[in-house]
Amino acid sequence: MRTIYILWLRQIKRYLRSKSRVFGSLAQPLLFLVALGYGLGPVFQKAGEGNYVQFLVPGVIGMAIIFSSVFSGIEIIWDKQFGFLKETLVAPVSRVEIMLGRTAGGATTSTMQGIIVFLIATLIGFRAPSALSVGLAVILMFLIALLFTALGTIIASQLDDMQGFQFVVNFLVMPLFFLSGALFPLSGLPSALAALTRIDPLSYGIDAFRTALGGAPVFGLGLDLSVLIVLTAALVAIGSWLFSKIQI
Amino acid sequence: MTDIIEVKNLVKKFGDITAVNDITFSVARGEIFAFLGPNGAGKSTTIKMLTTLLDPTAGSIALAGFDPKHDPHAVRKSFGIVFQDPSLDDELTAWENMEFHGVLYGIEKKVRRERIEKLMTFVELWDRKDSLVKSFSGGMKRRLEIARGLLHHPKVIFLDEPTIGLDPQTRNHLWNYLKDLNATEGTTVFFTTHYMEEAEKVAERIAVIDYGKIVAIGTADELKKKTDTSSLEDAFLALTGRKIRDEEAGAADAMRQRRQVWSGGNRR
Repeated sequence: MRTIYILWLRQIKRYLRSKSRVFGSLAQPLLFLVALGYGLGPVFQKAGEGNYVQFLVPGVIGMAIIFSSVFSGIEIIWDKQFGFLKETLVAPVSRVEIMLGRTAGGATTSTMQGIIVFLIATLIGFRAPSALSVGLAVILMFLIALLFTALGTIIASQLDDMQGFQFVVNFLVMPLFFLSGALFPLSGLPSALAALTRIDPLSYGIDAFRTALGGAPVFGLGLDLSVLIVLTAALVAIGSWLFSKIQI
Repeated sequence: MTDIIEVKNLVKKFGDITAVNDITFSVARGEIFAFLGPNGAGKSTTIKMLTTLLDPTAGSIALAGFDPKHDPHAVRKSFGIVFQDPSLDDELTAWENMEFHGVLYGIEKKVRRERIEKLMTFVELWDRKDSLVKSFSGGMKRRLEIARGLLHHPKVIFLDEPTIGLDPQTRNHLWNYLKDLNATEGTTVFFTTHYMEEAEKVAERIAVIDYGKIVAIGTADELKKKTDTSSLEDAFLALTGRKIRDEEAGAADAMRQRRQVWSGGNRR
């Protein structure tokens, strides 16, 4: 337990100290929120779908979380390259605990990013239905962050340097984000696209967010939670296993 | 008493390349042992296998009586290590790096805090304990790593080129401390270096490895006698030849260079 705690604490400290990262990674979601939210707002309204900012905010929170959590998982490559991973790997502690501590830390910092985006969204006019729904949304943020941090860890355990990172962003994170229904409603899509959105785990995360924050559900919270929990458990297990096999 | 490190017929292959080719040696308890060889001879690979970071392809290792493959926890508790490349967390303070290590090794809080202060005072970094490691010079980082490697009172300390890039003052200070620790606590010291005079001065026994094979082992005098030379440097050259070796630049080196460029070369 102390291993998990100290590794978690390390992630938190690093996060709080790297102000440039905190603000840098907020730029993209804010741009989406402002440019798309206000830019496409009138069209959305005319199409009879209601207030676009209200629709978009859960999606943009999801975006902040997926980018920041995949990245924090992938940070293991950084540690591999700059030696710190060796320090943890020669310590008399189980590698599963190391992986769990890191993942919990990455998920916590990603959740903080999500909360910051939520607060900013509130400033520009987003309204959550109740305090309870905000609480539920934060729990969901942590669950989604856990899922994608574990995914980042799995990727990192298979890569040796950061050169593959751009590839991962373009061919994994971007598609996951764009196909998740973060930016557009998932109803009435062409069937091929609809099928893709259904195999994207982030779709269930965004749907759960939207439901919690007062939007209309597509899959229903029950299905969303089942998919997220099962997938998170599976990815954490696979991540732990792969992490324990790392040799440097 | 049994030897603290026993290596028998150890082999490590990476694909077609044999990095360590059937080596056998042992290090006695309380010995100061130097492991020398040209670049790419297999030194670091051997250390990685001894310290549970790599699984051997064949052969056996016993460290403090435990097999790294079957009992990695017991082995990990028994040694401390100072890696060739820095392995500190730059974004944490010096004290936090020590604390992190102490917690990972399960050292009780009171003892941990006392030892951290004592060791950091010794390496003359106590007054900088709250500075972020990224503000440290190379020598300061090295000193901190050595303090960290000793925090859990290991039976064996591995030092992979510990004095590279250090000025003579720091080097001297460091070896005095290690020799003192060796004399008072009986800590076994296993180190690699490219400075022959350092090996000659400090090590009780020296192994020379080349192309993954141990080509000679013994005291500095024995090696000189064997090669009929007058200095360890000449003995080393006689044993390993004068051809300059190219070490393949791994991804890690490339990244490190890139990072140095990014940070504007302020990583001294």
